Amino acid sequence: MRKTFRGGVHPDDAKALSRDAALREYLPKGECVYPLAQHIGKPAKAVVKKNDPVLVGQVIAEADGFVSANIIASCSGKVKAVEKRRTISGAMQECIVVENDGLFTETEGFGERRDISAVTKEEILGAVKAAGIIGLGGAGFPTHVKLAPKDPGAIRYVIANGAECEPYLTGNDQLMRAEADAITEGMEIVLKLFPEAKGVIAIEKNKPEAIAAMEAACAGKENVSVLALPTKYPQGGERSLIDVVAGKDFPITALPADAGCIVDNVGTIYAIQRAVCYGEPLFKHVLTLTGEAVATPANFIVRDGTLVTELIEECGGIKEGLELKKALAGGPMMGFALTSLEVPVVKTTNGITLLPNDAVAEADEMMTACLHCGRCTTVCPQGLLPQIMAEAVDMGDFERYEKKLYGLDCIACGCCTYVCPAKRPLTQIFKHTKAEIMAKKRAAAGGKK
Amino acid sequence: MNIILITTISITIIGLLVGAGLVYVGKKFHVDVDERESAVREVLPGNNCGACGYAGCDAMAAAIAKGEAQANGCPVGGKPVAEKIAAIMGTEAGEVIRKTAFVKCKGSCEYTQNQASYVGVQDCRSAVLGGLTFTSCDFGCLGLGSCVSVCPQGAIKITDGVAFVDREKCVACGLCVKACPKGLIELIPYENHVAVQCSNKDRGPQVKKVCAAGCIGCMLCTKQCESDAIHVDANLAHIDYEKCTQCGKCAEKCPVKVITS
Repeated sequence: MRKTFRGGVHPDDAKALSRDAALREYLPKGECVYPLAQHIGKPAKAVVKKNDPVLVGQVIAEADGFVSANIIASCSGKVKAVEKRRTISGAMQECIVVENDGLFTETEGFGERRDISAVTKEEILGAVKAAGIIGLGGAGFPTHVKLAPKDPGAIRYVIANGAECEPYLTGNDQLMRAEADAITEGMEIVLKLFPEAKGVIAIEKNKPEAIAAMEAACAGKENVSVLALPTKYPQGGERSLIDVVAGKDFPITALPADAGCIVDNVGTIYAIQRAVCYGEPLFKHVLTLTGEAVATPANFIVRDGTLVTELIEECGGIKEGLELKKALAGGPMMGFALTSLEVPVVKTTNGITLLPNDAVAEADEMMTACLHCGRCTTVCPQGLLPQIMAEAVDMGDFERYEKKLYGLDCIACGCCTYVCPAKRPLTQIFKHTKAEIMAKKRAAAGGKK
Repeated sequence: MNIILITTISITIIGLLVGAGLVYVGKKFHVDVDERESAVREVLPGNNCGACGYAGCDAMAAAIAKGEAQANGCPVGGKPVAEKIAAIMGTEAGEVIRKTAFVKCKGSCEYTQNQASYVGVQDCRSAVLGGLTFTSCDFGCLGLGSCVSVCPQGAIKITDGVAFVDREKCVACGLCVKACPKGLIELIPYENHVAVQCSNKDRGPQVKKVCAAGCIGCMLCTKQCESDAIHVDANLAHIDYEKCTQCGKCAEKCPVKVITS
């Protein structure tokens, strides 16, 4: 194993704000809103209509196609509408709105501990699919697809990603401290799918309590081990982790499964354990509400569909004397800005960061032309050349960006933007360019058919 | 003296050899070029904008010479070019309607508000990543000028946060139509001045909340129209330019004055 991956940065992690706030469950008071597109792939299809009664744990939208996921109700009540609402990304999307009766009556069939000693692979995958589990690290790739690679025997490592390298966020830290045994069991369940694989729980060294808890839970288990990693951003990036764990570079075009690795967030692993052992679908997850502007930062177990405004109120609102200048979904490195707080939490929302200053606007004022210093190149964990890539985009040379500079391999971690002394919005340029190239490719593929 | 003589003779021989070689190679590798192709290429405007659907004027000329493209296929050249090409090819010029790009949004700072301030790459396509919108209207012009940057004629200007096309400069190449992430720009007949300056498909009350100049789908215009040219579809008025007689009665009656005339 290697010690670390190449590149990366050391931003102030600001985790002290919320790292010791114990997890607490928050039950939504008002209506719950469920966007149909919470995952990568095709949006789910609504299976409820206006005025239909709904119970906690009920499937309200079904996966439409293979790469798609079920959406589960997190409160009980009546469907108020299926309409366009503003979602956390800022877009208007088709959503199911449920009038919450405040009782949280659950559907039958979950909560009871099941005997899983004789569970088969098909049962595991079926349970994961039915539970609507998607990657909770942020990208939201449907987990039942990830857990079914072409050749399960070639998988050598299953990595539970507990690095949580994103500054400010501490939800997974708390989850590992509180549910270490469940995560270990979840890991063992996933390992049943991959006979040749070893389980690795990767955690950054800035979470000593979580490491201790996980080590205690893994003690005596042959197949599962804990790996403490140096604190460096983006340690939790899928490719960074594989670099360290599998200990070899793999072709930049390859998928993690090609390198013999499956990487899942610890939250996802926990959700798998809940789904397989208790039949509980995914309708709640950990969320850190933090930032210098919030009165009491907290780590919640939050239900999908809860409005962000409700959570902020629960945390005592904005700190007195401060003004909320910037609200982010996620942390400051990879998160995106919110245009409205009246939006629902979705499965992939693992943090809300409220800041009293707007660093992006400040940087924008100081922006100059590229200095060609090359700092972006030294920090890029993907080994790309951000400065040259931005130049290619400037000249509209998308072909060079894609074919010569491997620009599609950018993971949008934000390291280049973070170190750029000229304050250039590099990551945004790459995100936009990637989106445009992918759109062109899709159009070309559609045209051929 | 000797040196001069040798040099002269040797250079002459080399020259003759190379000349003969060139003549041979020229004959051997001769490619038949359709004379009409180069003639057509001469007539085309040379914008290389790609509006015809081919990769620039050279490709278009080749396609016309082969008979794949019509004589009136170049939207930039318009009628005069079509006639010249028709003369070269010996075909009919066909009907050419001059078109112009038109921005279907009137939501300037006067009529809309921003719900968030945007900093970052000054390009609409970057700004709408993931569907983000910072103006109050989800359908409206962002005013960051993706269309301005692609326009080869310098015909588009952003005034008060909304793009505006100069009809005289516009050659209807359609690059802005492709560049606009909101799909606000449409090519309409140059002669037609009656057009709906809105793309908001929400219902009336919702439109009123976000923009003081948005189409509320009240149908007053459809009742005015004598030639059945204006219809409201999905809460938004559309004009059928083939039927429109440009009487301007719809524009007069429009309560929000979103129809130009």
